[in-house]
Amino acid sequence: MSDILLQVRGLHAQYGQTKVLHGLDFDVKAGGITTILGANGAGKTTTLRAVCAMVKTQGQITLGGERIDGKATENIVRMGVAHVPDGRGTFLNFSVEENLRIGAYTRRDKAEVARDYERMYGYFPRLKERRKQQAGTLSGGEQQMLAVSRALMLRPRLLLLDEPSFGLAPLVVQEMFEIFKAINQADRIGMLLVEQNASLALKLADHAYLLETGKVVISGTSESIRNDESVRRSYLGY
Amino acid sequence: MDLLIHQVLSGLATGGIYASMALALVMIHQATHEINFAQGEMAMFATYLAWALLQAGLPYWVTFVLTTVVSFIAGVVIERVVIRPVENAPVLAVVTVFIGLLVIFNSVAGWVFSYTIQPFPSPFPEQPFFGNRYMSSHEIGSMGITLVLLLMLFVFFRYTPLGLAMRSAAQNPVSARLVGVRVGWMLALGWGLAAAIGAIAGMMVAPVVFLEPNMMGGVLLYAFAGALLGGIDNPGGAVVGGFIVGVLENVVGVYLGTELKHTVALVLIVSVLVVKPSGLFGKVHVSRV
Repeated sequence: MSDILLQVRGLHAQYGQTKVLHGLDFDVKAGGITTILGANGAGKTTTLRAVCAMVKTQGQITLGGERIDGKATENIVRMGVAHVPDGRGTFLNFSVEENLRIGAYTRRDKAEVARDYERMYGYFPRLKERRKQQAGTLSGGEQQMLAVSRALMLRPRLLLLDEPSFGLAPLVVQEMFEIFKAINQADRIGMLLVEQNASLALKLADHAYLLETGKVVISGTSESIRNDESVRRSYLGY
Repeated sequence: MDLLIHQVLSGLATGGIYASMALALVMIHQATHEINFAQGEMAMFATYLAWALLQAGLPYWVTFVLTTVVSFIAGVVIERVVIRPVENAPVLAVVTVFIGLLVIFNSVAGWVFSYTIQPFPSPFPEQPFFGNRYMSSHEIGSMGITLVLLLMLFVFFRYTPLGLAMRSAAQNPVSARLVGVRVGWMLALGWGLAAAIGAIAGMMVAPVVFLEPNMMGGVLLYAFAGALLGGIDNPGGAVVGGFIVGVLENVVGVYLGTELKHTVALVLIVSVLVVKPSGLFGKVHVSRV
């Protein structure tokens, strides 16, 4: 089973008394990209939040064979799970540079960190231009680039992406997804992608899970789901 | 004119102490959005500790360092033990805890060390430096220590990874956890730093106001006025505010009478809240969605 990076079994999650997830099973392969699709309120964001313990959960979550359910968020992060959250989670009063610095906070390999700054600026030259600028003054697209870069500065094994296309111009989205593909291939970082834009997500991911009110209703390779006319029509709407 | 210069200069000296206390208040406020009313009493208690160490025969600078370190540790412990359980409690509950701490420190100090006013030594010579006519050496010395302290804090928060992590935890705790920052410990460190700053301020002000359990009451009031004037969410502003209040207090004391000294602080607090609640340097947050 060593080719499975993230394995989730029987995942339940709740906010207060409201149960949101009802026993999910899904995997992310090492170096693979899994996408979770579904309508608003299906529990996609909650699934990502559950993986890094930002919500009360039950069930078994293992990362590279090690149990991470029950651990504190910061410890899961230190094991190599980076999260680009809903709303981007940018430190608005920090400069762009400081946002990247805090992203590498847990790392001790200074020389490699320095190289990674340049790498991020290579992926997103706009960020380099705005290095000293307060992050709150960036445009939505730039903030999304910053959020992704901040997460990558951790050198994660697993990257959780919560609707990275949200609120971005189509061209920027294209560019962003090409960078995800490149990073995935270059570093074999596993990715768990939550998206509203199903056709885009299915193009990037190798596996897909369809959520409906907190349960997986359909799962399979992206290709099989893309080619299944009835699934596409009833669940994905395109 | 000579009198005015003299008053302004010695106002800057006490202003430095208000600035340090204001900074301690702002640090805790940034992390928790509450004002630690016990900040002054914690500083007073630390000063008594220093006094006890001096009585035991320790040299001044050894006492100074020891008191600062012990206060730092005590600040961390207080956050972990007393503040942490009410972390998510309503504001009023937290304020009650702060006031509880204030009363406890005040009465324990009175009980252990008695309410008798004690002299507290200054580490600086009695003769003014270079025979100048304007400032005593304690005023110059305490201002120097304040400035060094402020500079060290600035460098720490600006350039060190730990300083950055503490700022991140104060600004956006959820995101801070997502980059691996141990937010709980950052809050405790903040308390430790604030307590240590308070201890230094206490040791610097005690030779002027004399040592007694209520010695920090006025200081905390001025510090609060300074923090509000500069902007409660802006550490640099709070420092400037502290200096302004120090000068104002002294000048008013001379020209309008010492009875009005405390009133100055209260008038200042009310005016800032009415006219410009964000203070002189309160940050205008810019963000796009």
